Amino acid sequence: MRVGLFIPCYVDQFYPNAGIATLQLLEKLGVEVVYPANQTCCGQPMANSGYEHLTEGCNRLFVDQFGDFDYIVSPSGSCVLHVKDHLHLHDREAEATVVRSKVWEITAFLTDVLKVEKLPGRFPHKVGLHQSCHGQRGLKLASMSELVAPKFSKPLQLLNMVEGLELIPLKREDECCGFGGTFCVTEEAVSVKMGKDRVEDHLEHGAEYITGTDMSCLMHMEGILRRKNSNVKVMHIAEILNAGS
Amino acid sequence: MKKDHAQLSADFNANEPRVNWHDETLWWIRQKRDKAANTLPEWEELREAASAVKYHTLSNLSEYLQQFEANAHRNGITVHWAADAAEHNHIVCTILKEQGIKRIVKSKSMLTEECHLNPYLAENGIEVIDTDLGERIVQLADEPPSHIVLPCIHKKKEEIGELFHEHLGTAKGEADPQVLTAAARLHLRETFLTRRGALTGVNFAIAETGEFVVCTNEGNADMGAHLADVHIACMGIEKLIPLRQHLGIYLRLLTRSATGQPQTTYSSHFRSPRPGQQMHIVLVDNGRSTQLGREEFRNSLKCIRCGACMNTCPVYRRSGGHSYHTAIAGPIGAILAPNLDMKQYADLPFASTLCGSCSNVCPVKIDIHDQLYKWRQVLMKDGQGGAMKTASMKVMNFTLSSPGVYRTAGKAGRWFLRNVPFVVNNPLNPWYKQRDMPEAPQQSFGEWYKQNRKQ
Repeated sequence: MRVGLFIPCYVDQFYPNAGIATLQLLEKLGVEVVYPANQTCCGQPMANSGYEHLTEGCNRLFVDQFGDFDYIVSPSGSCVLHVKDHLHLHDREAEATVVRSKVWEITAFLTDVLKVEKLPGRFPHKVGLHQSCHGQRGLKLASMSELVAPKFSKPLQLLNMVEGLELIPLKREDECCGFGGTFCVTEEAVSVKMGKDRVEDHLEHGAEYITGTDMSCLMHMEGILRRKNSNVKVMHIAEILNAGS
Repeated sequence: MKKDHAQLSADFNANEPRVNWHDETLWWIRQKRDKAANTLPEWEELREAASAVKYHTLSNLSEYLQQFEANAHRNGITVHWAADAAEHNHIVCTILKEQGIKRIVKSKSMLTEECHLNPYLAENGIEVIDTDLGERIVQLADEPPSHIVLPCIHKKKEEIGELFHEHLGTAKGEADPQVLTAAARLHLRETFLTRRGALTGVNFAIAETGEFVVCTNEGNADMGAHLADVHIACMGIEKLIPLRQHLGIYLRLLTRSATGQPQTTYSSHFRSPRPGQQMHIVLVDNGRSTQLGREEFRNSLKCIRCGACMNTCPVYRRSGGHSYHTAIAGPIGAILAPNLDMKQYADLPFASTLCGSCSNVCPVKIDIHDQLYKWRQVLMKDGQGGAMKTASMKVMNFTLSSPGVYRTAGKAGRWFLRNVPFVVNNPLNPWYKQRDMPEAPQQSFGEWYKQNRKQ
């Protein structure tokens, strides 16, 4: 099994540790992982701004970089969802279709493809899990509070394998943090208010760390935590799953 | 220039305790909805059925409309067709004038809000008293409703007390909901008894029988219609369902989704006028045919106006209904409004994080958040983004399409953040206003990988 590691642009630039943890975790589990050096971005920032018609360059690059792998794995539910839903190439649609079908978010890849049942890690801290919407509602990584359906959570299933980790409850288990891509600057007031409320829920319940499947939500909440001089940290779920082993 | 959603939301957020109160109030309703939904194990199948019946109806709308018209006519109802808001207003006004009616009661109808009927009738010398308590309150305050089911949800009871003191003569400082409701009831009762014309909305119209159903919690539609000589019911053409038996699906979903009640207190069937009474139905298009022709947005016409998408929307709860500057606020409003005017409502599909909660609560399974995304594409292609936004998107595309440019730009960006942080840490950067920037690491992941793994 050859896995192409897809590291979203902002993770590459600002949160390399999330990428490193994803790589190390997969390697530890015996997977052959390659990071194609010429990848950039999935094109979502433009597409969500209404400029999907300008993403052809990104799409072409993505198909060129990742077309040959058995699986494409990424530490971001949001970017994976974008690729799954919107990656098209008018002159190479068959290849694009294949790419769309083999891109995986890291936690789902661990639970559904690798079928991981135990992890060697240890993380003796109180952790709040933020359900990033695109992973949860888009990729269906976890059940959703709106639906009348059985409960499950792939990220939680993995966090439960980590020794010493104490998961804190939340008042609102799956409310959006307000990042929303360019929404975070075009709708600054509401975005920040949503972020403050989400952070408060974690703080009230005693979180030492806030984790999740998307660094973008965590970056937004980190900005709010640091502005209020909080000691609480954000950490990508791959970093926790990879910790202490 | 008129303020857009972002500016109106910023105004709303100037008072944070009020935002908290608004958010908590609507979240409480969302939780009531969850509880009610979970009492029905077949909830998801009901949603599926509701969606399918509406899909079928919309696909055969012209036939069902004609069937409905014929049956309604047979029942003694006069049926009118209005292509747009102006024609709708003209029809209503003409019926009233012919009967010499100068004062009417109106139960809740979002369609008449959409058509701006009240100001039109006022200009024509006809006074409208809204009889839904929430609508009456916003009418006294001279404001539009901020929510389709809970029109005055943005008002605190103290503010309503103040309004009632001013208009209905309740004691100054009186804010007890029970006392205020009693005062409103007294005032409305007198109104009901003296009005000869009643206008109602329509929740469902049944093609098979030519009857229509109006759902209220206050019984105000019935009170108005039963006492008046002329009953006018205004409905959008999408309110149709084929058979009476389909009603069970929708009545079970509507109020559970809206407020968490199992049923509306009153679900009244109107089939034919009582002796001596006139009954009119105005079937209104006002852009609905256009929306029906937009394949990607057709599903929005399934909406049964429960308001669940508003209650669940984390943006709506923190921006208030008025920030959407249209009769129907929230996620559903944001996909309906651009159909009526792309320029005026170009901001609304962007008033969302695309979290998807709206689509999940929607009782007729409208893919609301996907349509928000699709509207963004349509609006930007139509040039509604402006030259600046388009130019910056082209720069972004250029940078991200070329790995070399991307790497150089990333490195430069991180260098600036580390060494001259004031370039971004200033009030001109909307991120920085209330959030710190992320720390810029020395190495990107790509650089680390190059150093640490064999290529």
